[in-house]
Amino acid sequence: MPAAPPPPRKPHFAWSLLRNSWRQLTSMRTALVLLFLLAVAAIPGSVLPQRAVSPEKVTAYYTQHPDLAPKLEQIGGFAVYASPWFAAIYLLLFTSLVGCVVPRLRDHFRALRTVPPDAPKRLERLPQHAAVEERADDPADAAQAAASELRKRRFRTKVRERGDGTWTVSAEKGFLKETGNLFFHFALLTVLIGVGFGHWYGWHGNRILVEGNDQGFCNSVTQYDESSLGPRVDAADLPFFCLRLTDFQAAYQTTGQPKSFDADVEVQTKQDGPWKARHFTVNNPLRLSQANVHLLGHGYAVELRYTDRFGAQQTKVVPFLPTDGLFTSSGVGSFPDVNIDPKTNKRDVNLQVGFEGVFVPTVDPAGGATSVFPAENNPALFLTAYRGDLGVEVGNPGSVYSLDQGQIANGELKKVSGDRPQRLTPGQSWTLDDGTKVEFLATRPFATLAVRYDPTATLVLAGAVVGLLGLMLSLGGHRRRLWFRISPRDGSGSLMEAGGLPRTDYPGFAEEFGQIVGAARGPDGGTP
Amino acid sequence: MAELSNQLMAVTVLSYLAAMVLYAAEYAFGNKSHIGRAAQRPARQLVGAGAPVPLDDPLPAAEEPAPKRDRGVLLGRIAVGFNWLAFALHLGTVVTRGIAADRMPWGNMYEFTLTVTLVGSAVWLGVLTRKPELRHLGLFAALALVMLLGADGLIAYAPVGPLVPALNSYWFIIHVSTIILASGIFLIGAVPAAMFLVRAGYDEGKRRFPYSLGAKVPEAALLERLTFRLHAFAFPLFTFGALIAGPIWAEASWGRYWGWDPKEVWAFISWIVYASYLHARATPSVKRTVATWIAILGFATMLMNLFGVNLFFSGLHSYANAGG
Ligand code: HEM
Repeated sequence: MPAAPPPPRKPHFAWSLLRNSWRQLTSMRTALVLLFLLAVAAIPGSVLPQRAVSPEKVTAYYTQHPDLAPKLEQIGGFAVYASPWFAAIYLLLFTSLVGCVVPRLRDHFRALRTVPPDAPKRLERLPQHAAVEERADDPADAAQAAASELRKRRFRTKVRERGDGTWTVSAEKGFLKETGNLFFHFALLTVLIGVGFGHWYGWHGNRILVEGNDQGFCNSVTQYDESSLGPRVDAADLPFFCLRLTDFQAAYQTTGQPKSFDADVEVQTKQDGPWKARHFTVNNPLRLSQANVHLLGHGYAVELRYTDRFGAQQTKVVPFLPTDGLFTSSGVGSFPDVNIDPKTNKRDVNLQVGFEGVFVPTVDPAGGATSVFPAENNPALFLTAYRGDLGVEVGNPGSVYSLDQGQIANGELKKVSGDRPQRLTPGQSWTLDDGTKVEFLATRPFATLAVRYDPTATLVLAGAVVGLLGLMLSLGGHRRRLWFRISPRDGSGSLMEAGGLPRTDYPGFAEEFGQIVGAARGPDGGTP
Repeated sequence: MAELSNQLMAVTVLSYLAAMVLYAAEYAFGNKSHIGRAAQRPARQLVGAGAPVPLDDPLPAAEEPAPKRDRGVLLGRIAVGFNWLAFALHLGTVVTRGIAADRMPWGNMYEFTLTVTLVGSAVWLGVLTRKPELRHLGLFAALALVMLLGADGLIAYAPVGPLVPALNSYWFIIHVSTIILASGIFLIGAVPAAMFLVRAGYDEGKRRFPYSLGAKVPEAALLERLTFRLHAFAFPLFTFGALIAGPIWAEASWGRYWGWDPKEVWAFISWIVYASYLHARATPSVKRTVATWIAILGFATMLMNLFGVNLFFSGLHSYANAGG
């Protein structure tokens, strides 16, 4: 027996597997499959509520589907676009993209530097062909004439002389198509990277800002109603600025549809620096150096003054959240630190006071606590009073927009007004059963602001625009080649033949070919 | 004015319907019409994938010796006449609607669809003018318009109303108008796409119902090219409208350029699917029928975004609410 053949190339197995997988991954078919997967994977995010978009709807989903919701939560159902499986798809897609376009970039550079190849033997086999015509000039001149015509049309042109006295002119055009295509695909990478960095280094916060110098806020996490910082941002990194709302104007159509919103603010951008007046509207955010302030919405804040049984007064300005488009708004005024006996200075937790209220800017003449117009034509406040333990000490985060319903249910907090809410107009006061008094002083407008910093927004935009331009070049471009062959004619003059090859779908090629050949032949049409 | 617009809308649908019936009549009676001949043209250009298929080739002209009097051609001409009439009425509907609302007529889903179909109709008539031999697609183009307009009037109708302030921005106008243009072209692109699939099936010998329609539609390669050109034209427009102008406006108005709002999600999905179509068409190993199916799927996602998202999901884009 002959010596055993060398063992199968084991060490190469892993290598070839790797190489084959890479080839698979970077094939256009795989890219297609991954694109498809990406589209399918995006669907659940429009069906299920997303925490990043509307957290309150996620909470509602939990109450509606208590069994299903935790399972969906586990697989990222409420944060589809941040889930590992969604990321896996787009990261694979972009790996494939890199693996695909880098070699193409190399090839393209090479193609840009190579001269157009010489004419094929049989021009008549090409999709476009112009039959032999006689010319008066000799081949060298004829070739120069054809070449200059092609150069005028911005073809890359090469003139060759063959040993037998024949000349050929080769020309190629349309490299912009591939250039555009590469720009497009690289721009997609830029956009992805930009979006990623924007997520890491950006932050945002939402805040209700009530009109008045006493209601301003400064840019820090604790002063936002809701905020989120990118993974690479620290609370201490937030730039300093303070804002206060000096005026808010809302204009409405007679139907109650909003027409315009305008906010006037004062901004302080340096500690103890001057306050500067600025103005912004819905589509024109307030652009600060490292944050943009957007006007998202507005509403009314109610100013309540409570006088307790010892005669002490407290004033609160509480934003009431609109519950419909006509600004029927609801909110609460909580007074936990009232009815404190000045002698003992001891607080009786059962003497805390809270008000639930509905505010309507224009009260329905037919009665009822709903608004019929969003501006304050006939404002009224409907209050229900509660006394007892508000439950604020228990460490229960609770909401600033509603009373603790648990305390009401377990009787710790008791309703002390009648069956129907007390109706108050601005300036009116209401004396409760224990002789204490609440006054509805006035309303103030508030603006709902979104403050946001996205360091890469410009990069992403630039990427998108370059991508679009590349796409247009790519879809509109046509790569094509043209050849002339000019051979000497017996006696004097020459014979000219031409052929053309579109390398991509190009319906207008026949026409272009005809024009070029016609021009190269000259006005006298060749034949002497 | 709003009332006039509504009446015009009803007449518009009826005219498209009339055009459709006439196109259908031509289809049924016009056996030996130019369309039949165009359909029977040998597929000589089909030499190898990627080979040029000169769409601009002069096809047999419509006026070629009509054997005796061709009822089909006559019916076809009347159909085109009705098609133009319907377009004029359609334009009137949109313009009066805009005058009634005193703004661009695309503030809600009803108006948006009304304008998209108008663009679709214009694109179709443009294609028809340049390539009369494609007339037989008229039946299917009119069918698509009638169905969309009918659905629009029945489920999406909303009385004239003003825009909410967030929509008062020129980026909004740019954003919506480019998306409308792109959608209208995609809409008309879906017609040759569907008919290409039918015709390709017919050419393979399938004779069951949808494929039997393939007997008289234009040649497969012609339909496929038209499909590609319409999509290749609409795709950059859609990219600009939905993925550039939209985010620019959203940034100014809501503070973030992209927020995965349901409408944004579906625009993203449509974009990916149409990109897949162009990609698939450029991939040599993918058959043209498969690629074309992807284009049809793309249109289905556009419809989903237009009707489905507005009706089933709520989001910031709720200005597009059905029924106001
Ligand atoms: C990230 C997602 C991608 C998107 C949205 C995308 C989109 C597109 C679009 C719209 C086209 C058509 C433009 C044209 O025909 O000129 C195209 C062409 C092309 N794509 Fe992609 N692509 C993606 C990823 C990839 C990947 C991963 C590869 C490589 C595996 C690739 C390779 C190509 C090639 C070679 C063409 C040109 C085909 C030709 O024109 O001959 N693309 N792509």
